Amino acid sequence: MHEMSLAENMLQIIEDAAHQQGFTRVRTVWLEIGQLACVEQESLRFGFDVVARGSIAEHARLEIVEEAGQGWCEKCAQNFPLTALYEACPECGSYDIKVTGGDGMRVKELEVE
Amino acid sequence: MCTTCGCGIGQTLINGKPLHKPRQHGGPMRFRAHEADTHAPDVCVGDVSASRIVKLEQDLLAKNNGYAEANRRYLLAHGIFALNLVSSPGSGKTTLLVKTIEALNGTQPLAVIEGDQQTENDAARIRTAGAPAIQINTGKGCHLDAQMVGQAMQRLGLQDDSLLLIENVGNLVCPASFDLGEAHKVVILSVTEGEDKPLKYPDMFRAASLMLLNKCDLLPYLDFDADLAIDYANRINPKLQVVRISASSGAGMAEWLEWIREGCRNAVAAKPEVSFG
Repeated sequence: MHEMSLAENMLQIIEDAAHQQGFTRVRTVWLEIGQLACVEQESLRFGFDVVARGSIAEHARLEIVEEAGQGWCEKCAQNFPLTALYEACPECGSYDIKVTGGDGMRVKELEVE
Repeated sequence: MCTTCGCGIGQTLINGKPLHKPRQHGGPMRFRAHEADTHAPDVCVGDVSASRIVKLEQDLLAKNNGYAEANRRYLLAHGIFALNLVSSPGSGKTTLLVKTIEALNGTQPLAVIEGDQQTENDAARIRTAGAPAIQINTGKGCHLDAQMVGQAMQRLGLQDDSLLLIENVGNLVCPASFDLGEAHKVVILSVTEGEDKPLKYPDMFRAASLMLLNKCDLLPYLDFDADLAIDYANRINPKLQVVRISASSGAGMAEWLEWIREGCRNAVAAKPEVSFG
């Protein structure tokens, strides 16, 4: 369950931002998770609840924004929505697909006080 | 896992000694100091002030990727070819590693980093095979990360122009996301598993450069369709190279060893000239 490591990283990003920007409490965290990212959202929520205990982000609301997956077909040279890594190009059926979007995980913004 | 807050810090061991984590647990961190008698933050939540929005746009894997890049720069500068071996538990990784070491011994300097949740058994097997090895025990952790590997590299004292084999924790999911600074991930799939594993666990097959289809000596006794497994793996990753291999019979080992030797030659050739001043 690497979601626990990801949750720790998330808290570290928040704490680093708190040092730099001088806030002492986090109310909301907006997290963007790609549809194709290797992460289980519910595990990440659980992990964050656990690691945030006793921190400035304790009880912070976690808003997960899902970013749609996108693929680029090397044969047809066009983008199309990709919902799973094993999908073929809807135009030509090729599996020679490059993932061009929706495989990242980032902390987008925070509501702080 | 830490019983105070649930984090994974403090459980990782390298050859039985705790991993040095500079910025966490006792470092200059202001908000999560465990040395306090309570687990409360040392911040004072004063007046309720108006909230504001802070834009961050920061990747969750940025910290790991930073350590991985540092490892990669070190490896490049020293002409070291590093491979990250990943698979499910029981695919025959350690046996393959032992056979690989025995075959390369004397002709190719090499070292091994072993990742397992518990025990030093695998590092001991590797040392018996004749290679220096360091064991990382991740505790409850399900993958190696670049910081652990960077510290293990330092403790191993790697030779210039050598081969570094990193055996990741047996897990086909989590290690896919964590770059260690290696040249390539090598995924090992054994024929005693299902053909559709590449479709079920696509991230790892997408991240790998080479797939070793292991235990091929058992194919006559199984229903496993090797062509179908390879077809599935190439659907996920059309550029994935495949070698059919049996670590115990030795079939396919020559092709795997030549792939390694070529990588080592390229790493040495890519080593920058030493500059003084």
